[in-house]
Amino acid sequence: MKTLAQVKSRLPLFIFLTPILLWLFLLIVLPHLDLLRMSFRIENDYGDMIWSVNNYLEFFREPIYWLTFTRTALYAIIVTFLTLCISLPVAFYITKVAPPRFIGFLSLLLLMPFWVSELVRVYGWMILLRESGVINHFLLKWGILRQPVEMLYNDVAMTMGLVYTSMLFMVVPLLSVLDNLDDSLIEAAFDLGSTMPTIVWKIIIPHAMPGIASGSIVVFMLTLGNYLTPNLMGGKNSLWFTEQIYNQFIASFNWNQGSAFGFLLLIISSLIIFVGLKLTNQKLSRVIQ
Amino acid sequence: MAAVHSRVIAIEMHVDLSVKNVSKKFKSFTAVDDVTFEVEKGKFFSILGPSGCGKTTLLRMIAGFEEPSDGVIYIGAQNMAEIPPNKRPVNLIFQHLALFPMMNVADNIGFGLARRKVAKNEIKKKVADILERVNLTGFGPKKIHQLSGGQKQRVAIARSLVLDPTVLLLDEPLGALDLKLREQMKIELKKLQEEVGTTFVYITHDQSEALVMSDHVAVMNEGKFEQIDSPQNLYSRPASPFVARFVGNNNCLTGTCIGYGDGLAELRFSSGEKVGARTDRVLTPGVRAELFIRPESIIIEPDKELPELNRLQVMVSSILFDGANSQLLVTSPALADELLISLPQNRQYEHVAAGNSIEIGWNVRAGNCFEVR
Repeated sequence: MKTLAQVKSRLPLFIFLTPILLWLFLLIVLPHLDLLRMSFRIENDYGDMIWSVNNYLEFFREPIYWLTFTRTALYAIIVTFLTLCISLPVAFYITKVAPPRFIGFLSLLLLMPFWVSELVRVYGWMILLRESGVINHFLLKWGILRQPVEMLYNDVAMTMGLVYTSMLFMVVPLLSVLDNLDDSLIEAAFDLGSTMPTIVWKIIIPHAMPGIASGSIVVFMLTLGNYLTPNLMGGKNSLWFTEQIYNQFIASFNWNQGSAFGFLLLIISSLIIFVGLKLTNQKLSRVIQ
Repeated sequence: MAAVHSRVIAIEMHVDLSVKNVSKKFKSFTAVDDVTFEVEKGKFFSILGPSGCGKTTLLRMIAGFEEPSDGVIYIGAQNMAEIPPNKRPVNLIFQHLALFPMMNVADNIGFGLARRKVAKNEIKKKVADILERVNLTGFGPKKIHQLSGGQKQRVAIARSLVLDPTVLLLDEPLGALDLKLREQMKIELKKLQEEVGTTFVYITHDQSEALVMSDHVAVMNEGKFEQIDSPQNLYSRPASPFVARFVGNNNCLTGTCIGYGDGLAELRFSSGEKVGARTDRVLTPGVRAELFIRPESIIIEPDKELPELNRLQVMVSSILFDGANSQLLVTSPALADELLISLPQNRQYEHVAAGNSIEIGWNVRAGNCFEVR
């Protein structure tokens, strides 16, 4: 028998836990369960709904689907890697090189683009890059180009847009791990005869590994699941897997197929992250701290 | 002429580190102010000073992490100006050791060798040798966090010594250890230095570390060297009131000089008592003077027959028992401050209790007297 005091001591826990549990259950778990159920239903020849794994098999049968997925996953990996290459020096500069009084200001500068919505940011890029855009205008004016060039709607523009969108999610975990890095470790390595590249490779990257892994997971997931940027900046030439899902739901009205694709995206991307963690010898529990 | 020339080289060969008129200014603040010293090959040289006196800055200039605002540093016969830390023949042991937590002990020690592109099996052999030398045989595969404080210390020293530096710089490496281990490491470090024969430059704020281990000690204060001397001389013949106060325990008595002759001044306290005071300087009568007298130089209840003794009647205010370092705290109308007197624990003074009135005395040539500036 539980005493009244025991129940009382648990009461605040329940009060604070209830909203988050409700939120998780009603808005995440419940819809997913329904999507999961839907993904295993197809319409038979008589127009009745029956259970089947056909929706999943369709993904492997039709090359356009799995090719789009492979392309998406590869580009997401490239974007993650590029974001890391740009963010590491930025985070290193903010934590170790910049004068301490500027750290807050520099972090704020990083945060600033995120005060406006992703849509506005992407349109900003489009204004710069499009055929009648700002960059083309100046290139023509200075006589570097004779004809305006379309810089949008290709993989390079899309990759750049995705890197720009994901930067913050890589820099923030890197800032916190690099902040923990004792300066004297870098000095000691220098004192023992290292050059800067060896210090980066042997000291900074191994130390920053948990931050790199957690940043990479977030960036990879966000990029893989991004819809706006690939659609607007990549255009028709750069098909993204989320667009396939969108097409199934909205264009073909085939919700069953769409939810199967959604679950495939979830499963395969989780698998890629699992393999990535194994390859870099990291543990998920340590990475998400 | 040739003979003279070769002699000059011979002398220079023996000096491993030569610092000439080095200063370091940070905006308006002068951290190191015109410091000059030389360290001979194979010596243990300490720089002793309170925190904030500029000793770490000086060490970092020798290691190459700071550029001197003025002056030159020679290591061996080579001018170190513009040479980055990774190209200098010196290694620094950091205050918190800075062992690489992402590597095991062997990789830590082999780190510098690998940077010099030494062959893998050669590195293995050298690491095993140095581990044996610091009594850590078989510790190679251990992780850094598995080591105790003393073991980390030894790994840090091994990591630098394996590179065979001309000068090994140590930045208060014993500071983080507990007292017992510190005492032990002091002796170990001194022995190791004698064995390997590398020149050590050691900075510390702990005068006992400096006195026990060093061949020569420089006492630093506010960016300047107050005195460079052997530990014995530093203790018995301090060159300035700062050194007298900073190195070891000391009592300071202030009075007026009323006479001087033959290295001996006569001081009069405000109460009218007169004492003799040894001094290395010439004191003109009439100046204010400070007499420094060590607690162990003061004799409790001295023999009536002893000659050349300053005698004083004092009141015991308390007994500070601390084993072998036990002391008496006494007051006297003649003195402004309380006096500390060593109390030997050989049962001879067991009858002395707080509140007693006793006679004390010290030899007129036991202390050191300075003019007050």
